[in-house]
Amino acid sequence: MSDTLNKENSPAQEGGLQPKMVTVEIEGKRFQVPAGITLIKALWYTGQDVIRGVGCLGGFCGACATYYRTKDDPKVKTCLACSMAVEDGMSFSFMPAFPARKALYNLLELKDPKQDLFELYPEAPLCRNCNACTEACPQHIDVREGVWKAVFGDFKAVSEMFMDCVMCGMCAPVCIADIAPNLVALYASRAQGAHFTEKPEGLSKRIQEISDGRFQQEWDRILKLSDAELQDATASTN
Amino acid sequence: MELNAQRNLVHQTRDARRSKSFPKLSPAERDSLIKKYHPDHRAHAYRPIKFGPNAGQLTVTEVATLLEGESPVPADLDLTPEYSVDVLVVGGGGAGCASALHAHAQGANVLLATKLRLGDSNSVMAQGGMQIAVAPDDSPVQHFLDTLKGGHMKNDHQLLKVMVEEGPSIAKWLLELGVLFDRDADGNLHVKKGGGSSKARLLTCSDYTGLEIMRVLKDEVLNQKIPLLEFVAAVELLSDVKGACTGAVLKDLDNNRYVVVAAKTVILATGGIGRLHIQGFPTSNHYGATGDALVLAYRLGVPLVQIDTFQYHPSGGVYPEQLVGALVTEGIRSEGGHLVNATGERFVNELDTRDVVSSSIIRECEEGRGVRTPSGRVGVWLDTPLLDVEHGPGTLDKHFPAMVRQYERYQVDIRKDPVLIYPTLHYQNGGVKIDVNGETPVANLFVAGEASGGLHGRNRLMGNSLLDLMVFGKRTGTLAAERAKSLPKSSLTLEHLKQFRAEAKRHHVSAGVISPMVLPAYTKK
Repeated sequence: MSDTLNKENSPAQEGGLQPKMVTVEIEGKRFQVPAGITLIKALWYTGQDVIRGVGCLGGFCGACATYYRTKDDPKVKTCLACSMAVEDGMSFSFMPAFPARKALYNLLELKDPKQDLFELYPEAPLCRNCNACTEACPQHIDVREGVWKAVFGDFKAVSEMFMDCVMCGMCAPVCIADIAPNLVALYASRAQGAHFTEKPEGLSKRIQEISDGRFQQEWDRILKLSDAELQDATASTN
Repeated sequence: MELNAQRNLVHQTRDARRSKSFPKLSPAERDSLIKKYHPDHRAHAYRPIKFGPNAGQLTVTEVATLLEGESPVPADLDLTPEYSVDVLVVGGGGAGCASALHAHAQGANVLLATKLRLGDSNSVMAQGGMQIAVAPDDSPVQHFLDTLKGGHMKNDHQLLKVMVEEGPSIAKWLLELGVLFDRDADGNLHVKKGGGSSKARLLTCSDYTGLEIMRVLKDEVLNQKIPLLEFVAAVELLSDVKGACTGAVLKDLDNNRYVVVAAKTVILATGGIGRLHIQGFPTSNHYGATGDALVLAYRLGVPLVQIDTFQYHPSGGVYPEQLVGALVTEGIRSEGGHLVNATGERFVNELDTRDVVSSSIIRECEEGRGVRTPSGRVGVWLDTPLLDVEHGPGTLDKHFPAMVRQYERYQVDIRKDPVLIYPTLHYQNGGVKIDVNGETPVANLFVAGEASGGLHGRNRLMGNSLLDLMVFGKRTGTLAAERAKSLPKSSLTLEHLKQFRAEAKRHHVSAGVISPMVLPAYTKK
């Protein structure tokens, strides 16, 4: 596996430039790592076995939610460790699993989803406008605004604002009203889709056509073709 | 030449390129290009599998080694089950969530085990969309033909017919669960055209289709209170005296303990193989894409199909270094983005199938028309600013927010500058042999999603993976639950493993490689 190791760890390939080393602090301990590698790769580089805190490695799953601080800056920021490069003097720690409460619900059986929000997430309207959630969001979503939109029933706006949400959950630990904004937004988005969005007519029609056997003749014709004939049939399609 | 100067060439040639179209290759030209440049045709990367159901057949060395590998499970492991369930689902991506939900809906007692967290998967990264023939000028038959063409006519017709015909009902199911697909002004589902497709057929949620679907499915798994084991990997299957599958041995990665599960039926939904870095390629895949189902099923005697063919997605990142291997969505090419070589020229029709486009990029780079990055990698340009030129300013922001953000993190503005790409190991075209219900030749063992084989032929058409997951997640979950009702409790043995170990010994396979791999060995020791 040494080739694999190099592929993931080394920022330079053979013939490329030798990397500059930088000093970083991982979970409070100092290490030298090549400049420019991602925070996740810095973990591997420094010999740590990684089971938790890594997922898709593409910035979509939210598994690698991380707190970091750059040199001489007092501000602790948030990022996804798979999508952030190390720099000299940086300190970072992974966010532990945070025990936010997720409400359980049967989406289809909700009678009045906009009102039901207050039963499922009674803390949602208690937002004190501190804006910490928005500042904590590595996806730059206006989280605070989203919570208020949900509370005021504008689920459509919530669903649009939170399309970028990777559910990393970094908005939850900072909330002084114990709201888990990502979970509130997910509820609002799903309710928007299931309850407040038009059913597409074309889709129902297509499902009906299939069950009525509208394509049966074509199937019968196609499935009887030899491989060569099929090849001709597909050659003209695009 | 400096990267900046190279980049300027893309800007300078843009107008001239816009006025010309690039023809698609004839079938004969496609074949010869692929044979010459596609990694599937590099003979030195392949070797015959020494024993087992696919003995003598060729696959890449990385896969063969794992298939012949040693199980970590000791022969005398205490097989007293910690859990006894109707359906054990292994894997927490799209296929795993879908099969668990459908099995649960049938009233089965389901357990879902995943070695990462629920939802950490490739599915969550799917940006391009989901092919479903919903448009009035389209049909499931047309979808079938396009897929067949993309797969070089090697797709299993029965599996494929099932997938395309059940597509529309899957869209309906997802809408009911609250998935927000993009819509047209009249409320109908908006469809986009994808590479290798004759009709606009991609359902999308901007460029977050997989993320949106997975957010919803994960939430639903939790709402349905389906029991979960996270950070717990399957390392061996269990069988009864007749050889049917009766459960699995899992390993808790937090404490290294074995967890024995008695299950009337088992559904493997563990995804693909990107993290094996076949032929040294970087990969677009998630941390756990180590081909575990291939190994588990193979040891239980299940044959694999088309296990010699892999998909190298044309557009993996090459620069900046942090994005090496990461996927640049196909949507950019679907909406007219050009591929441009170091001389400022186009060299392929960007909407050709993935294998053709990847082969042509490899050709350009091998013949010296690639662009070299400061760290020594080679790639070609993908002209992203062209989209804002063609379709108006704001197009990239509106249609590709995820990609804009992905590059912004490294101070690259894709609205202003093109990006460098090179093929990245993306998908396992073949996999475990299944029938139309997702059942393997071994009774009560099912496989859903990328781990299974046959559906996609020798090249998966873009947008067919998300549909595959949902259709075969549904079929496996539904049938496994149904089956479990009529099955009595059975014995839990490692008899198959005893036989497998004897075979390995007979073929002088030296011990040392433990499989499944579970997680890649990236940690520097």
